[in-house]
Amino acid sequence: MDEWASVPDYGLGWLDASGPNADIVLSTRVRLARNVQGRAFGPRARLNDREAVLRSVRDSMNRIELLGGSHVIELVDLEPRVRRILHERRLVSSDLLGRDDKGPEHGAAVLLPDEHPFSIMVNEEDHLRVQAVVSGLRLQDTWSLVDRLDDALGREIAYAYHHEFGFLTSCPTNAGTGLRASVLVHLPALVLTKEIGKVLQGLSQVGLTFRGLYGEGSEVVGNFFQVSNQTTLGQSEEDLIDHLERMISQVIQYEQHARQVLLRDAANVTEDKIWRAYGLLRYARSLSFEEMMNLLSGVRLGVSLKLLPGLRVYTLNKIMVFTQAAHLAQAAGKDLPATECDAHRAAYVRRILATEGVVPPGGEPAGTERT
Amino acid sequence: MKCERCAEEAVVHFTQIMGGEMKTTHLCETCAAEKGLDPNPPPQKFQLSNLLAQMGPGGEGSAASVVSGTCSFCGLELADFRESGRFGCPHCYTAFEKGLRGLLRRIHGATEHVGKVYLPVDPTAGDRSRRLDGLKRKLQRAVDSEDFERAAELRDEINAIEPV
Ligand SMILES: [Zn+2]
Ligand SMILES: [Zn+2]
Repeated sequence: MDEWASVPDYGLGWLDASGPNADIVLSTRVRLARNVQGRAFGPRARLNDREAVLRSVRDSMNRIELLGGSHVIELVDLEPRVRRILHERRLVSSDLLGRDDKGPEHGAAVLLPDEHPFSIMVNEEDHLRVQAVVSGLRLQDTWSLVDRLDDALGREIAYAYHHEFGFLTSCPTNAGTGLRASVLVHLPALVLTKEIGKVLQGLSQVGLTFRGLYGEGSEVVGNFFQVSNQTTLGQSEEDLIDHLERMISQVIQYEQHARQVLLRDAANVTEDKIWRAYGLLRYARSLSFEEMMNLLSGVRLGVSLKLLPGLRVYTLNKIMVFTQAAHLAQAAGKDLPATECDAHRAAYVRRILATEGVVPPGGEPAGTERT
Repeated sequence: MKCERCAEEAVVHFTQIMGGEMKTTHLCETCAAEKGLDPNPPPQKFQLSNLLAQMGPGGEGSAASVVSGTCSFCGLELADFRESGRFGCPHCYTAFEKGLRGLLRRIHGATEHVGKVYLPVDPTAGDRSRRLDGLKRKLQRAVDSEDFERAAELRDEINAIEPV
């Protein structure tokens, strides 16, 4: 597939940091789990089920205005590296990629739109996973967009729905609304001031849950937390969305307060940490993904506190995405063993910071010119 | 930091959210124990497998004779479900309906969907009115947030369903 020689910009819309609170909230994601009536769910689906599901997506696509110009791509048709790129952009789950030795299942596909920020995974654990990802904290708009797309899809495809249990999903933890709304937040000051445990505990008490960057089971790196609703049944979509938004708004306030505490009580240490992180990123010759993420966390805090003038959140977002293993391999034109990968990562970061991340060194110690 | 009830060093920091406000309580070990709070709470992890173990024969509300063992449509057996935590097809929800409510209650704290109403191909009058209620709620929301494009769309949909 020629069009994939250089991977298009799918799934990169959120990088521009255009949304509200984009320095703290990297992205908002809303996804709906939907299944087709009368067909076995993903894990038990037979070949004819999978084919029928994929066909119904292809057929309905042309009749849905929102999906104009979309492409449906079967994962088996893609190079393994391109599949991993889609995974690194959070457009396909590791489940959809299939096992390492076997590759994707027949019919596993992803619908990628022309311009809208949504995508649809086809033949995952559920037949359809409709999702949209945007920059910043924008839960209402994003829900509204996904809701519209879901209405349109539901008119074309007969969904599995039960008057009492709602939308039926492979796993009963998703049943009812099938809605998972999540927000990727950067909370370095809450971590540094050791307040984070309380905040996370508080979130779990109000029906929210958190994970690392790449979803279920993934570790928290670089102080990035993905917070989402835990339950999907018994509340309306709007209530789930509003609740998450209210709680995240509070978490942002806590984080901002913790940042003020850091600047007030430990200005020199904080500023030193930020500049050291910047210096390492700017000049290091080898960076593991984890080390880089921790340094990016410090630099992101610095940008947010306006201590690193000239550096943009967009640049930091871009680094996060393009320094993942498959992205680096794609740029290098070959698969990279771990040590080489770390060297390529460091080189990429140096190059980007040298072109769009030069920060004037500044002179005064912290606190002298600020009140 | 000192305990809020005595002068001892606080070791338990407990955050609660009430009326939309997050409030943190700081307590020493003794006062925490009095209030029934464990200073080292086990990490709150969601254990689907634990819940599943309670479903079906031997579990709470099991009534093994009533819970049918197999979904006649996809062939999933209760044992498969307890192992994987995944249903095989939409019919499983009715095949295992008896034990399902207890499970849903433990997962979600509820058994009944109150969100978006899906209109089946041949809707009943009840389906239509539930769907209409939902659309009208959404319309109000769209108007409140001045999303007029969405409001117009919703109005069209309401007019299409509402009996003339
Ligand atoms: Zn005490
Ligand atoms: Zn079944």
